[in-house]
Amino acid sequence: MQEVTVGIAGAAGDGLDKSGDTLAKSCSRLGLHVYAYNCYQSIIRGGHIWLRVRIGENKVYSHGDNLNVLVALNQDSIERHSIEVEEGGAVIFNSDRLNCEPSQVRAGVQIVGLPMKKITEEVVKEHGALLPIMQNTVAMGAAAYFANVGVEEPSSVLADTFAHKGQKVIDLNVSLLKVGYEFAKANFKPVTTDWKFSRKKRCFLTGNEAIAIGAYAAGCKFYSAYPMTPASTILHWMANHAHETGICVKQCEDELSVINMAIGAGIAGARSMCATAGGGFALMTEAVGMAGIMEVPVVCVEVQRGGPSTGLPTKTEQADLWQVYGASQGEFPRLIVAPKDIVDCFTTTVEVFNLADRYQLPVLLMSDLLLSEHPETVDPEVFDGNPVIDRGEIVTEWPESKGKFKRYKFTESGVSPRVLPGTPNTAYVSASDEQDEESILISDMFTSPATRRKIMEKRNRKVENLLKELPAPELEGPADADLTLVCWGSTWGPVKEAAELLTAQGIKTNLLNIKYIAPFHTKEVDAILSKAKKKISVEVNYTSQMARFIKAETGISMDAHINRYDGEPMEPLYIVEHVKRILAGKALDYDVTEAEAKDMAYHYIRTHAQEKLRPTAATRESSNGHGEPTWNVELSERATGKLAARMKVGVSTGATYSFEKLAEEK
Amino acid sequence: MATVIELPVELFKGPVDPDWCPGCGDFAVLKGVQTAAAKLGIKPENLLVVSGIGCSSNLPGFLHAYGIHSLHGRAVPVATGAHLANTDLKCVITGGDGDGYGIGIGHLLHAMRRNLDVTYIVMDNQIYGLTTGQTSPTTGIGQKTKSTPQGNHESPLNPLALAITAGATFVARAFSGEPKHMADTISAAIEHKGFSLVDIFSPCVTYNKVNTYPFFKERVYKLEDENWDRTDFHKSLAKAFEWGDKIPLGVVYETDMPTYEDSELAFKKGALVKQSLKTDPKVWAGIVEEMI
Repeated sequence: MQEVTVGIAGAAGDGLDKSGDTLAKSCSRLGLHVYAYNCYQSIIRGGHIWLRVRIGENKVYSHGDNLNVLVALNQDSIERHSIEVEEGGAVIFNSDRLNCEPSQVRAGVQIVGLPMKKITEEVVKEHGALLPIMQNTVAMGAAAYFANVGVEEPSSVLADTFAHKGQKVIDLNVSLLKVGYEFAKANFKPVTTDWKFSRKKRCFLTGNEAIAIGAYAAGCKFYSAYPMTPASTILHWMANHAHETGICVKQCEDELSVINMAIGAGIAGARSMCATAGGGFALMTEAVGMAGIMEVPVVCVEVQRGGPSTGLPTKTEQADLWQVYGASQGEFPRLIVAPKDIVDCFTTTVEVFNLADRYQLPVLLMSDLLLSEHPETVDPEVFDGNPVIDRGEIVTEWPESKGKFKRYKFTESGVSPRVLPGTPNTAYVSASDEQDEESILISDMFTSPATRRKIMEKRNRKVENLLKELPAPELEGPADADLTLVCWGSTWGPVKEAAELLTAQGIKTNLLNIKYIAPFHTKEVDAILSKAKKKISVEVNYTSQMARFIKAETGISMDAHINRYDGEPMEPLYIVEHVKRILAGKALDYDVTEAEAKDMAYHYIRTHAQEKLRPTAATRESSNGHGEPTWNVELSERATGKLAARMKVGVSTGATYSFEKLAEEK
Repeated sequence: MATVIELPVELFKGPVDPDWCPGCGDFAVLKGVQTAAAKLGIKPENLLVVSGIGCSSNLPGFLHAYGIHSLHGRAVPVATGAHLANTDLKCVITGGDGDGYGIGIGHLLHAMRRNLDVTYIVMDNQIYGLTTGQTSPTTGIGQKTKSTPQGNHESPLNPLALAITAGATFVARAFSGEPKHMADTISAAIEHKGFSLVDIFSPCVTYNKVNTYPFFKERVYKLEDENWDRTDFHKSLAKAFEWGDKIPLGVVYETDMPTYEDSELAFKKGALVKQSLKTDPKVWAGIVEEMI
């Protein structure tokens, strides 16, 4: 498949997300498919931001494993990423300020220093001095050339982006874009051959945006939230569109308030939703059970990030399965669902509002940072703004002659018709205490074991019917595969690509993605997995939570697990390599690799040497008195190349045994 | 102004009788809420009473109206959500001092600063009753309780002063031993547009042997009898600190300020629950277009 990956690296505040958007939207408008992933830190200015934009003629399901073009906005970015650029690729940077040595790139990589001052001379004459951030636009012009997407589409995207700032600003930006494009064209070769542009326009959005849009489509009227990465962009979308959508958007004082407000709104009859990350959800758990016993329709989105505790606030992980599954004391029906991609985020959100209403239960929609924040191209036809809205059994009239309205009437289906407060003759109390059919507490002096038994059975009966209408998981890929990869959530994308790569390489592989977690399709999953020849779970966590969950439900154990918990998402080749290792019967090697030793050195350089050094060589030493081999990393001055420091990192433990700065020569 | 058609108090009689201890101050508060609702002509189907957990939080179950008997400390956010979803319902929050001033204090402060148009009635007995007599945020210094056998050494918080400074626009105090005055105060609180806090001395006859009916009877007086100017912020704040031999009852502070609901755009088309769930095709097209 024809594809190219452009990486943009810099510091927070360098405006590289905007640059990435320009490129991605240009490609999207040309009919190409895009999947972007921004690797960033919990910092507003500075730090290191690494945005990868993968562009394909066909649909791409992850940010991939390749890097063809690097746009480096600071020296640190060249230091870290230039070596990743593949043969024929390009490293683009402002050569007035930054430097890239031939030793920092692989053979056949084009070093594209943009003499910024010289090439923008004419633009400056016409528009005046440039802001530093405008250099990004020049670099993006060059990137557009290397990606071979032309200059017209990026120009029109810039025109739209700056439309609100007037023609002069548009002209300035388009001129800068063209400067970069022309300079690259005059001096270098593009990294890709000709694309076939279908020019089918696609939407470019994140999973969080898809959830927010899905909520609006489903008739959500109340949204509450407390700011928390990576859920906040749902709040931002909701707030930015509140005026036109008419959704009441409430930022609360804490997550306790968030979910309790959403539940209150649900009782009153408004479709309501809230969202948070793992930490916020921990605060919400008590209320989830309240929604369960009160039988309140409410949608709660839990976007996982790296834990435990504050953990890795801006990194992805899938380690909250047990937290969500175990949320709240006692036993109560709830729906736990984990969409796998951006389209699924939209359709699932629409679907669960109906299920929440029809089954009168809380829905816990699990996402993760990768899914919530990465943007992807999606066919606009997916976004049905007029979906079926089914509110389930609601009593709108209740004449006094019918007697007392029984809010929790014992029914065969377990669903008791509800009323919205404001309906004459139907006053009832929703209680967090156990109650009878007429919503009178049985927890105090009226406790009746028989009533308790029947109401427990009534509530829990609801999920039996719910399960029947949820689509059971199915194998994707060849039915006669030798290997089945088991995954959930956003890991589906890289697993799908890994399965295809493996199959192409002769290891026939299919995959089983789990979307509905509670209620769970025990029978169906059991049937699939008991026939699978070899089963490997692939999860972004340490303890293989989904694999252990499946074992608890079906008794079936995986043959092996592939895990990742370094903050980064799964990537297709990562999975492929581990599959091959497992098939070869090799144990997982936990040792620090040479590349990792250098990566650890970068962290040390930042904290101990003000980013003035770079790791140049790493040699392995086995006998050094530390009780384990070490990587001896040499650190040289970026400016002069002179050896300036040495660092020793334990190969097994990763311990930093020493960091010595060499004395200045006199 | 619409004519108010008073309703019979009996209409608000709940399906079960209260199971509070005989003599509990909460009986009078229940009657006060029923009397106020009847006097104001709020039909049971238009009244929503939300509580948390505690003896006093059982109140919604003893009343004929919609009720939400929520979690400990969470009555205010649950009520906020329900109220914002259907602003056509009159929303009254009821609970105790532990529920509102202890575990739920964070929510209370924010609800007051939002000036939501709801009424919050706190049955303040200065003790944790349902858990059999531990110290509460309003327990006096030196008072011995199950959790402070040597005497409580934490300053009690001052609900009225807190409410005035936090942004509540109606701040009052009542006493279960003065049922008529209490019903009138609750009624005025419900009528007030904006956040109303009514702190009610509702003695716990089982676990609080200090703050008893006689304790309050000897000390309370009514601000209404003294032509109190309830509109002066600073004077009201000073009045809120009056404690000791003389303790004021009545409306300490009232002011007219815009409510949260006044500026919420989503309510321009009426109560949320009464609006269509369908998207606006033009808005939808715009949303899809902006992603391209």
